[in-house]
Formats: sequence, structure tokens, C-alpha cells
Amino acid sequence: MSPILLAEQVLNGLQSGVMLFLMAAGLTLIFGVMGLINLAHGSLYMVGAFAAATVAGLTGSFVLALVTALAGAALAGALMEVVVIRRLYARDHLDQVLATFALILIFSEGTRWAFGSFPLYLDTPDWLSGTVQLPGGITYPAYRLALIGVGLVVGVGLWWLNARTRLGIRIRAGENDREMIAALGVDIGRLYTLVFALGAGLAGLAGALVGAIQSVQVGMGEPVLILAFVVIVIGGIGSIRGALIGALLVGLTGTLGSVLLPELFKLFTDASSAATLGSAFSSMAIYVLMAGVLIWRPTGLFGARS
Amino acid sequence: MIRTTLLAAASLAATTAAMTAAAQAEVKVGVITTLSGGGASLGIDTRDGFMLGMEQAARDDIEIAIEDDQRKPDVAVQIADKMIQSDKVDILTGIVWSNLAMAVVPAATAQGKFYLSTNAAPAQLAGRGCNPNYFAVSYQNDNLHEAAGAYAKSEGFSNPFIMAPNYPAGQDSLAGFKRYYEGDLAGEVYTQLGQTDYAAEIAQIRASGADSIFFFLPGGMGISFVKQFADAGIDLPVMGPAFSFDQSMLPALGDAALGVKNGANWSKDLDNEANAAFVSAFEEKYDRLPSIYAAYGYDTANLMLSALEKAEPSDADAFRAALKEADFDSVRGDFKFDTNNHPIQDIYIREVVKEGDVLTNHLVSTVIEDRSSAYVDECKM
Repeated sequence: MSPILLAEQVLNGLQSGVMLFLMAAGLTLIFGVMGLINLAHGSLYMVGAFAAATVAGLTGSFVLALVTALAGAALAGALMEVVVIRRLYARDHLDQVLATFALILIFSEGTRWAFGSFPLYLDTPDWLSGTVQLPGGITYPAYRLALIGVGLVVGVGLWWLNARTRLGIRIRAGENDREMIAALGVDIGRLYTLVFALGAGLAGLAGALVGAIQSVQVGMGEPVLILAFVVIVIGGIGSIRGALIGALLVGLTGTLGSVLLPELFKLFTDASSAATLGSAFSSMAIYVLMAGVLIWRPTGLFGARS
Repeated sequence: MIRTTLLAAASLAATTAAMTAAAQAEVKVGVITTLSGGGASLGIDTRDGFMLGMEQAARDDIEIAIEDDQRKPDVAVQIADKMIQSDKVDILTGIVWSNLAMAVVPAATAQGKFYLSTNAAPAQLAGRGCNPNYFAVSYQNDNLHEAAGAYAKSEGFSNPFIMAPNYPAGQDSLAGFKRYYEGDLAGEVYTQLGQTDYAAEIAQIRASGADSIFFFLPGGMGISFVKQFADAGIDLPVMGPAFSFDQSMLPALGDAALGVKNGANWSKDLDNEANAAFVSAFEEKYDRLPSIYAAYGYDTANLMLSALEKAEPSDADAFRAALKEADFDSVRGDFKFDTNNHPIQDIYIREVVKEGDVLTNHLVSTVIEDRSSAYVDECKM
């Protein structure tokens, strides 16, 4: 395998990693601050993609579509928090899982009812279509490069929000001791709604960004949700930095595993069975990674030590 | 009080009447197909095509139960068990995916039930694992890929890159392509079933020096790949089976799919009376163009109805013989079963074109005439 191909695959791994990060950041924030397991996070990803496809179809503007996806998913998230999630904080995790699983079914059937079962059309904007030439002779799709950029900007923005703003201080305080900050006069209910909407908005943004190069259809969020859970378990539940590192690790392992393992098996067997074996083993790679990390650090890379 | 009692009695009577009506149904058919998740558009078209055929026949002695397998083998097995054990169905049909078919069909036929396949027809069930009660109405899995292979050879491609998901139909796909193409390959890759990101595969295609691409990615997988491939700026001829470019995917693909060649045993412009009637009836009822899955569903319903005219499933030998005669007007024109209960039919190449604003497939040529399946000699029954 040539160095150029390898470099391109590393970029691909990074790209899938930063998109996972957008999903995982919201998930880990919600778990960290409110102690809630939200299975319906994938539905918000789907809401973002459908909102973007609808607006892009009506107006033809991709930027407007992204803004709507972000705002629409944040709004859906805030509504979800006020109507359902708020009643679950005091319950145990099993109740939360059951209720948010019900939300998945409601969102999926609701979307099917409104949009039908057939995939919608959403394409990359003209000004980001085609490829760019990177140093070293790498040809790379402009849109995917932009995705890496957006992911990193969101990452920096979240760090800034968490470390440098009043809201960030409250979020961190809420993670540590929610009774105490409530006693200090912070409206904890509003803080929770805000955090939930923020996480939902990020999921919606990811759905719209990824929807442009994938298929916008009912149920698109669930496979990503599983990966996002793997990411936050690897990174340490509640840690945004862990979510970023975990997402990049999962993205790189998934991509490079699917490329390198078939090459490895080609050394021992013929091309056809190497392709089959490599594919089978690469689908296990990220779970092996997760198991390895958990043996080494049972609370994840950046998880709180108990 | 009296009124409530009366009401209760009346509703009880109504329920009993409904139950007797159900008990009078002489034939019970179970449709297991994918109605939710990433593969839903395929199952919905299968169901709608099948139900269109049933409604046109308007027979009230056939009871149909439809259930969603969610593209999960374990769910499909549970549904099949329930349909066989407690609903006592006579005939099962509808499964889209070969890994689900492998989980359900052998067990169902072993219990003496009939299985009519509207789609999935893995190699294992066409050869050594064939069964007298199992009929593939659609094709044998390899067929449409063989057509693409024959097309690649006739076009003089010498270095195609080939790709399919890692499940029984994916393995059949690449085997079928290679059987008729016979030349060198730039690369051969298996992806995950349900995969949505193909960046890694596209980078490999770019680096491989291929002169053309063949891929089998049905439903959402194909939509994702075609969009990402169009964005990667690789200008190579693209081929596939009909499943990679079926009617339900084309609106989501957009112009990226224009000009693509695909192997198929049915097309909406195939010239025969049954097909013209089917296409217009389907459009009228569902307000969209039928896909190849809808065509298979419709043919399956009509094959089943033709056999039910002659025999009851309870008389298994007579019903089996009636099915084998294939005495119905297929939307594919000439249709008959080979000794392994898989069709002998013509296979074509189609091209994705635009009719006004609507993307659809048109026939280009017949590439293999009267094709049976590669495994027919391995089937002993």
C-alpha cells in the first residue's frame, strides 16, 4: 500500500471520527450532567437530516439547511426534555432506557408517517463538490475535508464553552453537585433543558452533514448511536475530551481496520477469501479496541476514577 | 344494565362471527418482509407488489398476515415460528435478505410448509440445499450479477474493481460477476452489511488503477456509495445489478446515477401485456413507479394464485406440481421453473435515464438468454 493511499485512509478515519464526536459529545454531556442514558439521541440525528433535506429541497440553500437542522434538532431536544425526559432524572437507568427507547419508536414512526419510507434526496452543495489537491499528491473530496474542519471547530467551541464561560462553569458544577448549585440559586431545570438542547443540536448538525453524503432515511440514527456509545465508553463517560479522543480512535480503527486487515489476510490466503475474512474481522475491530481499553482502564480513558 | 349486557352480547357475537369467517379461510399465507429500518423501501415494494396481485384476484378465502422482520435474522425466525406454530400458515413468502432466508427457509420447508421467494435466492438453496417445497420466483442470486459480468466482458473492460457486502447474497454477487467476466480484477472488496460510509473503499478504488467498477449495494447502502463516489471525482464506467439502482433509490440518488448500466430480469418498459397492466395498476394504486421488488412480489402473488386455482396446499403433491407448471402471465414475459425450482428467464442490461424529471431504468439489450442457475446440477430432488 502506497503512503499516499495510507494518508488518504487516515484522513477518512479522522473524518468519520469527528462526525462521531458530534454525536458522542452531546451524549456524554447529557450523561455527565444529568446522569441520563438517552437512547433517542440517534432520533435527533435523523431529525436533523430530515430537516436539512426538506429545507434544501425547498430553498436550495445548503447553509440554510444546516442552520435549520441545528435549530430544529435543538428544538426537538428541548421539547423532548420538557415533556418526557424531565420526569426520568430521579428514576433508575432501566426506566430511562425504556422511555427513551419508546421515543425512538415514536420518532421513527412519526417520521415515516410524515415523510414516507423512501429515502430523501440531500446532496452536497456545489461549492463543496469535487476534490481538492492536498500537499503530497493526495486527492481528497472537498466536502469531507470541510467535515473535518467543522468537527474540529465544534470541538474547540465546546472546550471554550466548558472552560471559559459562565454556562460552562454551571455545567461542570452540575456534574459535581447538583443540589449545591441549585441551592446557590441556579435554575437547574433550565440548565438541564439548555444542555439537552445543545446536545440535540449537535446530533442534528451531524445528521445533516453526514446525510448529504449518505442516505437520509428512517432509522439512520441507530447504527451511529451504537458507535457513539462505544466512543463514550472508551473516552470515559461524561468527559468531552474523552469523547473527542475516543471518537478519533474509533474512526481510525474502523477505517484502517477495514483497509489493512484484508491486506494482512492476503499474505496467507487468496484474494477472495482474504476479502471475506478481512471484512469479518474488521467489523470486530472497534469492539476489540473497546474491550482492550476497558481492561486497561475500566472507567475509560478520561473517566472519573472511583 | 340491560343495554350494556346486550351490547356485550352483540360484540361477542360479532367477534365470534369474525372468528368463523377467519376459520373459513382455506389458505393462510404469511408474508415476512422488511418494513422498518435501512432496508424498508425494499420490503415495502415487495409487500405492495404482492398485495396488488392479491387484490386484483379478490379471493376472500385467502388470509394474509404481514409482519416486519426489521432485517434481523433472529426476528425473522421468531415470526416464522409464530406463523407456522400458532397461525398455522400454509405458505410463507416475502423475505428480502439472503441471510434471513437462510435462517428461515430450511426450517420452514422441513416442517412441510411451502416457501415462495420474492427476492432472496442464495446459492446454498439452489444447489445441495434445494427443497421441493421451496420456489424462487425472482431469480437465483447470481443471475443479475452474471449479466453485469457478461456486459463487462462484451464492453472489453479488462480491470474492473468489484465490491459487495459480506453476506450470502454478496458472496453470490461477486461469484456471479466473475463467472461471466472471467478476466483480471483491479480489486475485490467485501463491505459490512448496512455500511453507510465508503470513504475507505473509494480511496482503494482510486489507487487501484481500475478501468471500471461493479458494485452490489442494495437500498440505503447504494445511495450512500453512489453519492460519495460522485463526490470523489473518479470518472469510471459504473455497473451493478438492478438492486444497486432500483426505482425506489433513484429519487435519492439524483443525477449521480445517470448512465449507469445494471443487470436485471425485469424493467418497467419490458414489452409484454402483463407488464404494461402491472405498471399502470401499480402507479394508479400507489402513486409511484414500481421497483423490481414490486415486480417480483406481483409475480409471486400471481404464481401462487395460479396454483391455488388447481390445488389446495393441504394436498402438497398436487399443489407443488401446480406451482411447478408456472401457469401465470409473468411481468417478465417467458417464465418457467428449472429442476431446482429456480426460474429460467432472459437477463437484460438496463441504463438509468431521465424521463422528463423522473429518473428511471430503460432496457438496453438482452445479455443472457434463457438463463437458469449455476447450481442446478448440484440439486438432487
